[in-house]
Amino acid sequence: MKALKYIVVGFIFGIVLTKSEAVSWYRIYEMFMFQSFHMYGIIMVAIITGVIGIQIIKRKNIKDFKGFPIEIIPKEPGSIRFWVGGILFGLGWALVGACPGPIFILLGAGFLPLLLVLFGALFGTFLYGVIKDKLPH
Amino acid sequence: MEILFQTWPWYVSGFLIGMVMLSLIYFGKTFGMSSNLRSLCAMSGLGRKVGFFDFDWKAQRWNLVVVLGAMLGGFVAVHFMSDASNVAINPKTIAQLTQLGIDAPNGKLLPDALFSNAVFQSPKSIFILIIGGILIGFGTRYASGCTSGHAIYGLSSLQLPSLKAVIGFFIGGLIMAHFILPLIF
Repeated sequence: MKALKYIVVGFIFGIVLTKSEAVSWYRIYEMFMFQSFHMYGIIMVAIITGVIGIQIIKRKNIKDFKGFPIEIIPKEPGSIRFWVGGILFGLGWALVGACPGPIFILLGAGFLPLLLVLFGALFGTFLYGVIKDKLPH
Repeated sequence: MEILFQTWPWYVSGFLIGMVMLSLIYFGKTFGMSSNLRSLCAMSGLGRKVGFFDFDWKAQRWNLVVVLGAMLGGFVAVHFMSDASNVAINPKTIAQLTQLGIDAPNGKLLPDALFSNAVFQSPKSIFILIIGGILIGFGTRYASGCTSGHAIYGLSSLQLPSLKAVIGFFIGGLIMAHFILPLIF
């Protein structure tokens, strides 16, 4: 039953991303062409909700559901990795109109061509794992 | 009930995405979809050959369960919660897409030009989708996060590395949408 809460949270996530159309190739294109506020609104409200929630957690010292202190995991240090990795991901995001969450959500909805994107994404992840130590971070 | 079938407004959707992340934090976890790609690589046994995949992926199983739930959610939303008014994008965008030879949405989430099952017969489309996937997989691991891990979780916790990554996402996306897509289509 431990898994149930993760299924439920994922289920809601899948429905929200689909019904907000953040999984839509069209919405991503429209966003990058600056022709709609919709996607920017979604991202901004999600961040504002997150900032407020995390500040409440920190200030009130709220514990997680098991009673352990909540810690926010810090990102690795570095600069080049975030710029270069970020730009490469952005190129892929605008090309196929899906980031990793939507790849899975659209596959679940039955759009089979996303299998090709998933295959590519797994191969890209593998490639990074292989040449990681030769890259500047 | 009608509202469930229409496009959900950005302020409702954004709030719910924020709450999904906060729920995972409350469960003692984090929010990030792209790390599942690494887990899937590790599950297939790559850890024996490549050190990057030699980690305790079983501790990340909860995240794969989130993904499974998201897939179910996508199925339900697409098959039982959609109507013809969906994906009403800007008419200017539709006009531009028509010039590129990409079909208008008319309620569809994805253009047939790239995502109908006919693409399996088109080497060019197969190539585009796989290259896009590689950029996503390689880029997210190099930047150690994607839209969920950096744009939502990272920026919500006010982390500078995530700001760099998110600016990078938009630089890459703008280059693709404005300069490369017109060359491809």
